[in-house]
Amino acid sequence: MTPLITAQDIPYLPRGVRLQDDRLRGIRVLQAPERAMQLDQIGDAILGELDGARSLDQITRNLAARYDAPVEEIAGDVRDFLIGLIERRMVFIREAA
Amino acid sequence: MKDLPRQPQDIDGNPVTAGLPMAMLAEITHRCPLACPYCSNPVDLIRAKSEISADDWGRVFRQAADLGVLQVHISGGEPGARRDLAQIVAHARDAGLYVNLITSGIGITRDRLLELDAAGVDHVQLSLQGIRPDMADRISGHPGSWDKKMGFADWVTEIGFPLTINAVVHRQNMDRLPDMLELAERLGARRIEVATVQFHGWADLNRKALMPTREQAAMTRQIVNEARIRLRGKMVIDYVPADHHAVYPKACMGGWGALGLNVGPDGTVLPCHAAQSIKWMEFENVQDHNLSDIWHLSDSFNAFRGTEWMPEPCVSCDRKNVDFGGCRCQAMALAGDARATDPVCSKSPLHAQIVARAEADASAETTEFVYRRMSKQG
Repeated sequence: MTPLITAQDIPYLPRGVRLQDDRLRGIRVLQAPERAMQLDQIGDAILGELDGARSLDQITRNLAARYDAPVEEIAGDVRDFLIGLIERRMVFIREAA
Repeated sequence: MKDLPRQPQDIDGNPVTAGLPMAMLAEITHRCPLACPYCSNPVDLIRAKSEISADDWGRVFRQAADLGVLQVHISGGEPGARRDLAQIVAHARDAGLYVNLITSGIGITRDRLLELDAAGVDHVQLSLQGIRPDMADRISGHPGSWDKKMGFADWVTEIGFPLTINAVVHRQNMDRLPDMLELAERLGARRIEVATVQFHGWADLNRKALMPTREQAAMTRQIVNEARIRLRGKMVIDYVPADHHAVYPKACMGGWGALGLNVGPDGTVLPCHAAQSIKWMEFENVQDHNLSDIWHLSDSFNAFRGTEWMPEPCVSCDRKNVDFGGCRCQAMALAGDARATDPVCSKSPLHAQIVARAEADASAETTEFVYRRMSKQG
């Protein structure tokens, strides 16, 4: 099976999917068709990196630097989290130009 | 209008506590150009003159957002039957809600769809009654519906809305599920909902024409499972199985008064869209009370909250927090008692009888429908 995302792919939030504050519950949510997904801090941090320009590899490096964690330690978690959302069609990817 | 109780308690007087709702279904009108024989609207339809105004909806949306609602599903009837739909959508977005538009696609022109885009519709869900004009037009009772829908789907794609196809399946169209999946894929849908008819209201009047066979239910499950693997990362399939053929009941609404609420065309607030089939239950209206008070305090929302109201075998069942005893409206319809264990559950004393009835309905010869129509008087 072809992987749903590679290190060079650029993940992004497509139209109809957006990050939002849930002011009542005091958390962040990912709003998508028929679905509001409650995010923890890690999920929010990952999705906050999706700018439609940077690749998975760059995003992982950024997060590693920001949270002072080894790249190889967080790479799997970031990829698995995004794959879960790609399967739900809440994150799209484009290949690097 | 009567005062709301001060202390929330279930139908037996046990104290209960409400959580916060995530989603609200806004059935802004019961008017609809289609006449689907399984329509989820009540059999007693609300007329246009009783519909609350766009400004009323604005107030309800703000109250809903304050209550914790994140998403609104604007539905009907056909929501496009209201000329002020765009204004209603704009009010929902202004309140901070995510707006799902649930439509038949009939009666919304390209210009109006552009207007709805500007008003802030986040996602469009298009209903599908069948495949090809002959089947779709007969089931929807609307000649020309297929062609209009396909035109509408093209505009949705052109404007760029995320699209969900909502396919309601039953004995007369279930065998075409592979074609429905292919169509949804071809239209670029991100999601397809494959929902087996729920036998309330209009659908209950059409049981003999709609009830799937056991073989069809099993085949549908298999097709869905295979398609989920094949379409991984391309299209999501949400599947509501035929619960008359299941071992355990569905976790209806994620529990009564737990996650969602429904506001009807005249402002009546319901725990679920079929709740008015529980004839003895009284419901509040947004014109009389704040939505938060209705959610937290009304007898209707509190009646079946928690688990203490449950009879046996539910109350000692280890699934009581999984499926909440099933569907209250189905218990009403099949057992004549809204408190009863949902009779589709294999632990219900009525289960054998319900299965026998479903099998008999499934093998009925008839294909004739009682179409959903407003009564002439009123």
